[in-house]
Amino acid sequence: MADRDLCYLALHEARALLDAGTVSSLALTEACLARIAAVDGTLHAFLTVTADLARAQAQASDARRATGQVLSPLDGIPMSLKDVLVTAGIRTTAGSRMLENFVPPYNGTVVQRLLDAGAVLLGKVNQDEFAMGSSTEHSAFGPTRNPWDPARVPGGSSGGSAAAVAAGLGYFSLGTDTGGSIRQPAALCGVAGLKPTYGRVSRSGVIAFASSLDQIGPLARSTRDVALVLQVIAGSDPLDSTAQPVPVDDYAAALTPDLRGVRVGIPREYGLGTLAGEVGTAVRAAIAQLESLGATLQEVTLPYSQYALAAYYIIAPAEASANLARYDGVKYGFRAAVTGSGADSAGVDLMSRTRGLGFGPEVKRRIMLGTYGLSSGYYDAYYKKAQQVRTLVAQDFSRAFAEVDLVVGPTSPTVAFRVGEVDDPLQMYLMDIYTIPANLAGICGISVPCGFAGDLPIGLQILGRPFGEATVLRAAHAYEQATAWHLRHPALPVLPSARLEPLQES
Amino acid sequence: MLTPEEVAHVARLARLDLAPDELATMRRQLSSVLEHIDQLNAVDTSAIPPTAQIFPLRDILRPDVSRPPYPAAAMLANAPAAADGCFKVPAVLDGEG
Repeated sequence: MADRDLCYLALHEARALLDAGTVSSLALTEACLARIAAVDGTLHAFLTVTADLARAQAQASDARRATGQVLSPLDGIPMSLKDVLVTAGIRTTAGSRMLENFVPPYNGTVVQRLLDAGAVLLGKVNQDEFAMGSSTEHSAFGPTRNPWDPARVPGGSSGGSAAAVAAGLGYFSLGTDTGGSIRQPAALCGVAGLKPTYGRVSRSGVIAFASSLDQIGPLARSTRDVALVLQVIAGSDPLDSTAQPVPVDDYAAALTPDLRGVRVGIPREYGLGTLAGEVGTAVRAAIAQLESLGATLQEVTLPYSQYALAAYYIIAPAEASANLARYDGVKYGFRAAVTGSGADSAGVDLMSRTRGLGFGPEVKRRIMLGTYGLSSGYYDAYYKKAQQVRTLVAQDFSRAFAEVDLVVGPTSPTVAFRVGEVDDPLQMYLMDIYTIPANLAGICGISVPCGFAGDLPIGLQILGRPFGEATVLRAAHAYEQATAWHLRHPALPVLPSARLEPLQES
Repeated sequence: MLTPEEVAHVARLARLDLAPDELATMRRQLSSVLEHIDQLNAVDTSAIPPTAQIFPLRDILRPDVSRPPYPAAAMLANAPAAADGCFKVPAVLDGEG
């Protein structure tokens, strides 16, 4: 099998070849590393490639398999991790100059679970700085390119994860989703990406952005693969008291080829019947496909969803302004040079200069917005108001899910846009208009490929009840089985002008 | 529109040293985003409790068993400056520099 074909296997197909003894983990790993070397100069999906570690982990996996001691369905499977997940002994930057040389002393819970399951780490992938953005243009280390058209963005903030999976650089990746940062890049890169329910996956060891919204989840080339990864990372954790002790379903067992008995809600407010352009056409066709698979369709109403974006841009920056207060130039990370002594020059100036130089423009904007919304005299008008609207957004979904099992619509209002095309912050924020309500309500949702506008992928978003991942995955899987969008792969042209050298592990 | 003084005040609260051109850009961009956020005023929330946490959570406890701490050297490995097993910062009290 040619390397490109090996690299584009789905995770579950690669696993079957490993189980059959047709291919070794080392062969899969070498094929992925060779493909990274060949195409990542164009894409810049990886910030750090851990080639030596990957080979050692693959050889250890092959040795286990030779003695019949396979740890899990992920044993020997090459993966990448968003650089916001801390990895012991491996540089973890969160896409920021602030953490350019930060080497964590421990593994995040999900990282440890994947390593304990035998997965092979190819490296750490690019993202918007501290996961703030919708295009991966806000990485301090330069943008990632979309494999379908390197002149365009992969979406964000988990753009490195989505681009890596779409380009065949690993069989899955973990991203994080605070307002759409797994689902939107999955849509723009034509892969499957799941935001689990808030509390389904431990957040211990994810560099915090907005703690009441952040959630880690998988991106892969099929829904079955997403289910296999979720099975390993889901569940409670003594290190995260918000990771709930709700039993973890058998996600692979939930996958069925039909959707009989599943009630699908179409939000009236999305105006899907008249939504213009190829996104509207593709999503309408996808909904018809769900019906032909046995699902029943029903209109639902989410009257407060239109206010979700405004509420989010108070709540998320407020939490960010508190979480990012830790970057003060004292315990770890970047420190600006200051001269003189005394409380102002050594204290306030050290912090302010460190933060002024260490953070990029989008992170500064969010810290400013959050600080403003929490500041004396504005708290009730902004922060409290936003949390009240959050209650209404969540109640919308509670009412809808009393009538239906799933809510569907587009993941993103547009296909991938050009690098540099969206330069107004508010316009960039509006890219997450369909994904943000789920974060405010804490519910789960997936994006799966449902069509193309020319060569550019379109995503279908399927939202489910709290801890309803099994039903979401079931619908996404049934849709995939009836369609072939997820089987298309980019031709990946090489743009000489976009060539960038990936940072190699020293 | 936020005033330049308001933007400078928030930057000081946030401990962000912003150059004059950054302050000007920030003023324009924050004002635009806040204008969008002001649509929340159209929602009657007088009887709506603010969300404190999205799902009702019971207290989640674990056994109160001590675990070995990380070695000081591991904790100091990422410090911008360290001395004698401590984080080192510039003197903040005059006369002790």
